[in-house]
Amino acid sequence: MATNAAVINEQLVTADGVPLRTSLARAQRRNRLRALSLVLPLFLFIAITFFWPIVDMLFRSVENQLVGEVMHRSAPLLQDWDESSGELPDETVFAALAEDFKEARETKTSGKVGRRLNYEKPGFSGLFRKTARKAPKLEAPFKDAFIKADKKWGKVEMWQVFKRESTPYTISYYLAAMDMGYGDTGEIARNAENKRIYMKLFWRTVWISLLITALCLLLAYPISYLLSVLPVAKSNLLIILVLLPFWTSLLVRTTAWIALLQQEGVINDIVVWLGFVADDNRLQMIHNRTGTIIAMVHILLPFMVLPLYSVMKTIPPSYMRAAKSLGATPFTAFVRVYIPNTIAGVGAGAILVFILAIGYYITPALVGGQSGTLISNFIAFHMSSSLNWGLAAALGSILLAVVLALYFIYDKIVGFDNMKLG
Amino acid sequence: MALPTYATPLERVWHYSYLTICGLIFFFLIAPIIIIIPLSFNSVPFFTFTQEMLTLDPAGYSLKWYQDFFTNLNWQGAVKNSFIIAVIATIISTTLGTIAALGLSRPEMPYKSAIMGILISPMIVPLIISAAGMYFFYTKIGLASTHLGVILAHAALGTPFVVITVTATLVGFDHSLTRAAAMLGASPTRTFFKVIVPLILPGVISGALFAFITSFDEVVVVLFVGSYEQRTIPWQMFSGIREQISPTILAVATLLVIFSIMLLTSVELLRRRGERLRGIRTT
Repeated sequence: MATNAAVINEQLVTADGVPLRTSLARAQRRNRLRALSLVLPLFLFIAITFFWPIVDMLFRSVENQLVGEVMHRSAPLLQDWDESSGELPDETVFAALAEDFKEARETKTSGKVGRRLNYEKPGFSGLFRKTARKAPKLEAPFKDAFIKADKKWGKVEMWQVFKRESTPYTISYYLAAMDMGYGDTGEIARNAENKRIYMKLFWRTVWISLLITALCLLLAYPISYLLSVLPVAKSNLLIILVLLPFWTSLLVRTTAWIALLQQEGVINDIVVWLGFVADDNRLQMIHNRTGTIIAMVHILLPFMVLPLYSVMKTIPPSYMRAAKSLGATPFTAFVRVYIPNTIAGVGAGAILVFILAIGYYITPALVGGQSGTLISNFIAFHMSSSLNWGLAAALGSILLAVVLALYFIYDKIVGFDNMKLG
Repeated sequence: MALPTYATPLERVWHYSYLTICGLIFFFLIAPIIIIIPLSFNSVPFFTFTQEMLTLDPAGYSLKWYQDFFTNLNWQGAVKNSFIIAVIATIISTTLGTIAALGLSRPEMPYKSAIMGILISPMIVPLIISAAGMYFFYTKIGLASTHLGVILAHAALGTPFVVITVTATLVGFDHSLTRAAAMLGASPTRTFFKVIVPLILPGVISGALFAFITSFDEVVVVLFVGSYEQRTIPWQMFSGIREQISPTILAVATLLVIFSIMLLTSVELLRRRGERLRGIRTT
């Protein structure tokens, strides 16, 4: 047997004497590498211009170097202080803090630290500004000098926050994004009812997105069905009515809805002219939730129609005829035979619309007003107005996690390779 | 969809009410886009039809918002920026996307689905998150408020569309054609340009159009990564709607609708041509 196998092995060699198996494996590996090397340039490009920034943002949501860096003398000493003792740190910490303040005053960084700590506990911003101004005059004994400069330095809870936030990494942004914070004794607790903003906002975003998805499905189903049963010449003409909004600039469509929905706008003019509504009692349809929902349903509707249509086109009409000939009423045939066949399209379209809706920024920003704001508007607010970048990053990371989970489900339903456009 | 002659009255009623519902939904889709066209010829700075417009009085109409668009430096700069950024971003994303799609369509490509998932993620990640990440990162490396920064960001956002359309064109691509070319003595480069490119060209061009419109229409990233110097048409519209709302925006919107009709027509023609070329056209 052994000799037989050897003979077979010997026979299966290529011209240059390499066993065929090895040669084949090498050729396949070369082909795989060639295929990979074609993908590599794009992969690197996306990695640098897209993934790295996002990873950087994720990092920023836990990063907390600032306090420890600027207060580099006092922060390490503070780590030995027992914050639950109820006593103030000892003189050495105060002395180091005085040095830190003098240096921070030179480098103009004390304000930044104060602002950072102010996110955790209001009052720090003023405290740091005041102390930095008085820093050159601080003299031993430092403990008394500090308390004299501002009596907040004599409060243990200020020092507790200072110690907690002088570590290089923090979860406090995530806590803030989930409406939680540290209690008086340093334990993690939910904020008071009237201070909970973000969880409410997340739920509102999810709820509005679900409503938009449901409305899109409701509107897309009948027209997709019509498109799929009409003869090609007619359906090609009608599908342009779906594709034109799809290709039209988002801002054009949002502008159009502003023109239509505003109080002096076209729709209000029509209902007033028809006499349904008094002239001085015009409908408020914009800068609120109604405006956001109407405009976003219109903008996202094509994303529902296109996957539904492509699935419905593949359902043979004979299925419905068979069901009817077996005695089903048109309604039963539709519910029991047709709808189950379209589930893949419904799933794909619904997830796509939901993903797009949950992260929408422009339309809610322009027509949303107060009650129509979504989570992305708050991310933008913290990025450009309040400049609390850590909180913006934490909110963004949570949103990203939700979207990626849905993306994964989308892959299970449709598959990334089956994604089509237009 | 014609009604059979033996349909009961109830079926008739249902059939026509169904058609009416569909008509209303199509109306909902298209009417907002159409309505801005006459509104842009308004002679007064309102977003509504005036009495003069409804009675078709020529005095109610004017071209002054178009004139404003063509003479205002804010808008002209925006048009220039939009085209510069979109064209360069499209070239980058089309080149990289097409090459990657060629690799992805090879039968021996490992981890195909996972790589595809990664490459098209810029399309799925909410724009506000991409914008936030790019804003933080590009500020750090000095690319914020530069044309290059906006171009790179838009190129990244446009690549998924190119990858998807070109991969779709390559489905059912007959690989024996390239082998035949090689056997007849063509070098890989020659095979690429003489055999592969003509076959995938419709897909490449429609992917490029998608990438172009993505950049041309994108506003969130420009708002954060760019500044006034990088203002694009959507940027200008966004700040216009927020600050002084003037019918010039409607004039711009009308021009953009015409532009998108042109793009839509090209994509449709290309898609049909592509299907015909690959012989999978069924109708």
